[in-house]
Amino acid sequence: MRKSNFKFGYKSVLFLFSTGLALLMIACSPVKEYQKNRINDGEMVLGNRKVEKTELSFQSYREGASGANAGKSGGGCGCN
Amino acid sequence: MRKLTLTIIGLYIGLLAAFSQTSKTVDSSKYKNRALTFEEANFVSSYYHQDGNNSAVTGGIGSEKLTDISNSIELKFYNWDRKKRKNSYDFELGVDHYTSASSDMIDSKANSSASHADTRIYPSANWTVENEQKGTSFGAGGAISHEFDYMSWGGNINFSKKTKNRNGEFSAKLFTYLDNLKLIYPVEFRPGGVALRHEDYATAGRNTFGSSFSYSQIVNTRLQLAFLVDLIYQQGYLGLPFHRVYFTDNSEKVENLPGKRFKLPVGFRANYFLGDNIILRGYYRYYQDDWGLKAHTFNLETSIKFTPFVSLTPFYRFYTQTAVDYFAAYQAHKTTDTYFTSNYDLSGFTSHFYGTGIRLTPPKGVFGIEHLNMLELRYGHYEKNNGMNSNIISMNLKFK
Repeated sequence: MRKSNFKFGYKSVLFLFSTGLALLMIACSPVKEYQKNRINDGEMVLGNRKVEKTELSFQSYREGASGANAGKSGGGCGCN
Repeated sequence: MRKLTLTIIGLYIGLLAAFSQTSKTVDSSKYKNRALTFEEANFVSSYYHQDGNNSAVTGGIGSEKLTDISNSIELKFYNWDRKKRKNSYDFELGVDHYTSASSDMIDSKANSSASHADTRIYPSANWTVENEQKGTSFGAGGAISHEFDYMSWGGNINFSKKTKNRNGEFSAKLFTYLDNLKLIYPVEFRPGGVALRHEDYATAGRNTFGSSFSYSQIVNTRLQLAFLVDLIYQQGYLGLPFHRVYFTDNSEKVENLPGKRFKLPVGFRANYFLGDNIILRGYYRYYQDDWGLKAHTFNLETSIKFTPFVSLTPFYRFYTQTAVDYFAAYQAHKTTDTYFTSNYDLSGFTSHFYGTGIRLTPPKGVFGIEHLNMLELRYGHYEKNNGMNSNIISMNLKFK
């Protein structure tokens, strides 16, 4: 049995997330609609590509972790 | 009297001008088509092949060879309702067919058993109504997944709200999967050691209840971020009846796992437009559950735009997890253990996934086919440090 020995726990992650979020809120500058030509680019979408559909599926079966990626986190067997 | 006449004429001309202006505006820009309109269709096809030597069906040893061919088609439509809200309808049908060496060993006495191959069919439908003025949307959907020994019903409702300046958006989603699986035991655990008829297998339930929350924010003209949190609770039969476990005294049982599991993944996405031709897409996730599994996922994809219509997308994904508390290798479990599994997907391991994709979106259509709006091809190689590896090639065709 192999065990990774990282000690990067949940509290550290939540602290980093909340600190990052707070800093970003301060750093944000309002972007007008006419300034969104780069943000609206088809490859800037904050989500998975359609072509990744089967990749996300096999990763959720072959790995113990799932969720927080807009992919499937339950349902279906995935037992093979 | 003269002043009054001039005032009335002035008002009349003003009103005439105002109405003529209004009618022009309505005709040219505020018309909303209420008829159901085709938006786009996506066809996604994949070929996946894996190999390894830690199959759970044979107790953590034996071939994991598996081939899966997956095809799905998605159709999107929309219309506008009387309140000028956009209604979107999304229908999808997917079909996977796999052949698996490990499943074949459920009945190890047969040269090739009925379980060596199966087909999964999974239709789904989703509806979303969006109020552009308020920046809100609401949606609901349903899904079914069916294979020989497994049936799953899924449902979801979702809501999102944009910030006043349209630079941020909060989304929430509630979802459930209500599953039913046939208890197909390894051949040596069946009465008389033979396969049962389809309707004679006992069944068990497995239910998933979850919620997803996300907040996305445009930071500046080049950078946008998203924070994601899921809360997932599962209950029921969470193991699989054909996963064998061998103990230190060489006795054998089928996998036994707790009937409840709580999962808590937290994710973060960042997309950055670097210069005029490069987009960096980053993703990180921390995951923890109450079975003792902790995991980190890092993903970085670079999109290099050779022209506005052709881009190359190399990617790399790193993943590491600790084992669940109930995992032990072949013949390593003690007979006194309450819960036990030798499924290496729940063991401690590190994996790497890398590859590249190419995306074509020519303005006159791919290969000159007007309605073929996009072609995307992608190849990836996946390997775990326990020897399991796989290759996947996928294609997405978008029609508009």
